[in-house]
Amino acid sequence: MNDADDRGVPDIDRIPEGPAAPDRIGTGERMGDPATVPDPAEVEVPDDFREEIERLMALYPDRRSATIPALHAAQARYGWCSPEALRQVAAVMQVTPSYLSSVASFYDQLNEQPVGRRHVFVCTGVACHVVHAKRVYDAIAEEARVTGLEDTEVREFECLGACDMAPIASVDGRYIGPLDPSDAPEIVASIREGRTPLPGRGLEDSDYRLPWGGRA
Amino acid sequence: MEPDELLHELEESGLRGRGGAGFAMGKKASFLPKGSMDKYLCCNADESEPGAFKDRLLLQRNPHQLVEGILIGAAAAGANRAFIYIRGEYELQAEILDRAIREAYDKGYVGERILGSEHSISLVLHRGAGAYICGEETALPDSLEGKRGNPRLKPPFPANAGLYQGPTLINNVETLCNVPAIIENGAEWFKSVGTEKSTGTKIVSVSGNVRRPGNYEIELGMPSRDIVYGLAGGPPEGRRVKCWFPGGSSAPVLVEKDLDLSYDFETMAEAGSMLGSGSIIVVDDSQSIVSLALRLAEFYRHESCGKCTPCREGTNWTVKMLERVESGEATPADLDVMADVQTNIIGNCLCVLGDSMAMPVGSMIEKFRDEFEEHIEQARRRNGGLPLAAHGGRADEAVGSTAA
Ligand SMILES: Cc1cc2nc3c(=O)[nH]c(=O)nc-3n(C[C@H](O)[C@H](O)[C@H](O)COP(=O)(O)O)c2cc1C
Ligand code: FES
Repeated sequence: MNDADDRGVPDIDRIPEGPAAPDRIGTGERMGDPATVPDPAEVEVPDDFREEIERLMALYPDRRSATIPALHAAQARYGWCSPEALRQVAAVMQVTPSYLSSVASFYDQLNEQPVGRRHVFVCTGVACHVVHAKRVYDAIAEEARVTGLEDTEVREFECLGACDMAPIASVDGRYIGPLDPSDAPEIVASIREGRTPLPGRGLEDSDYRLPWGGRA
Repeated sequence: MEPDELLHELEESGLRGRGGAGFAMGKKASFLPKGSMDKYLCCNADESEPGAFKDRLLLQRNPHQLVEGILIGAAAAGANRAFIYIRGEYELQAEILDRAIREAYDKGYVGERILGSEHSISLVLHRGAGAYICGEETALPDSLEGKRGNPRLKPPFPANAGLYQGPTLINNVETLCNVPAIIENGAEWFKSVGTEKSTGTKIVSVSGNVRRPGNYEIELGMPSRDIVYGLAGGPPEGRRVKCWFPGGSSAPVLVEKDLDLSYDFETMAEAGSMLGSGSIIVVDDSQSIVSLALRLAEFYRHESCGKCTPCREGTNWTVKMLERVESGEATPADLDVMADVQTNIIGNCLCVLGDSMAMPVGSMIEKFRDEFEEHIEQARRRNGGLPLAAHGGRADEAVGSTAA
């Protein structure tokens, strides 16, 4: 219920202030000016990483088209789009780090914060919502919390494009479902122990079947 | 076959886009200007609309069919560079497709001077990174150019100024997968099933409260009930259909009796909804319409790119109003404000993402107003507020009463 001030005007919930812009410069470490194209001579980039980005740029008529693929590659290598990772990509692509950051901040899969190298995306999209996906998410998030699962991002996600498997989660890109809250301990334990969660219940498993017998 | 013949066959077939808008594919391909400039074909595999999962199946099981469709589509439109924009979450599908593309290159079906002819075409698989808006036909080129995926003002349309400002044909995965069979068997063959204006077959993705969720290939014009009950098994034991989305979460909801309608583009439009991407989400009578509307609105708020005001603000305020409905702070008058906001979003945005929330939410308020009001009333009682009826439901007094 709302409180009202003494003029009888109800106190409406204000939009909470958004998070402060992350400190791109980092903790005192000199990272260069994000609005300047880095001088390639001043940035050390591992050879294989440089080659990977160059190969991506060559696929397109305009090298900037390789931005998202290069950021995917950076994230796969460094775990997140860290200021240093952005600087390396910027040096190879000859764009500014702030341009890369403007792109990274737009896309859900690109992280400018270290959220964990492992990812559990639990779909709570509309089709999953009606089969109680939120309970699955809550169970996994709670299990991860109480067991202290580290280096893992557990988050709600919008439709993963597998509503036939609802409720579903993507664990490091592997789709598993339909899930029940009681699957949470096994999912979390297998991530911790480096096992494949719920073998046979992943979309790519050759014997995968929906509960009613259909293929997905 | 020459490009003109290909175009003719595609136009004759009546094939309509399977990605949402249902625009005639052959006609769209014919809009690309002639001439020797670089032209592009973008296959839209961004599939991110809640309820849609048909492209996933095609990418996973029929990648070669898609590659073939892209090559023929590109030949018809005169495109020399093709891209597949696949959503970032489809990692398995991207791997499968990547293999199929490499095989096509190895065989000489793609690349320089295809099979010794003078035609050359490149094909690149491009992974997105999690943004529903990038499936929109003007945001997709921006994203592919390495930018934030913001839609552009239309016109110009992509056929004239799309990717890299060049002429661009954008088609959905399923649309392009239909192309090889049409060229092989002819337009007449394709038209021999379906209705007059909705030709051919369609893959429908059925999900939600049904016993056999999945993808089903149907003849357009099939009774909707036969799809929901006959194929997908209907809602679980003892449950009834409360409402259903005939074309993904962007489609206005229809109710039980509408299941008697024929499932095709025109009939769904006449019923005030749309066939869209052909994704049917079934909602049974155990579900709360308020929490369904809220979940839906949250999706569009999250996915709004923020470029235009009606969508950015409209989705945000709709979520806030629905939260008030859910928590019991709203009054029935708020429902009118909310319905009004939806009306003001529709037709006033750069792209139809805003409309995609406004249409279903508006339809829920219209068709389930009693339930919204009952929910408000019950939530207020739970919160210890006075029943609204005592105030005649007027917004100003009602708010004052909660404050007391
Ligand atoms: C917000 C939004 C998202 C869209 N997402 C997709 C998508 O993921 N896949 C798709 O094929 N079409 C999507 N569309 C429709 C496209 O704009 C476009 O109409 C379609 O790709 C054209 O292909 P078609 O004519 O073969 O259907 C989306 C539209 C909007 C407004
Ligand atoms: S809504 Fe969860 S996969 Fe589609």
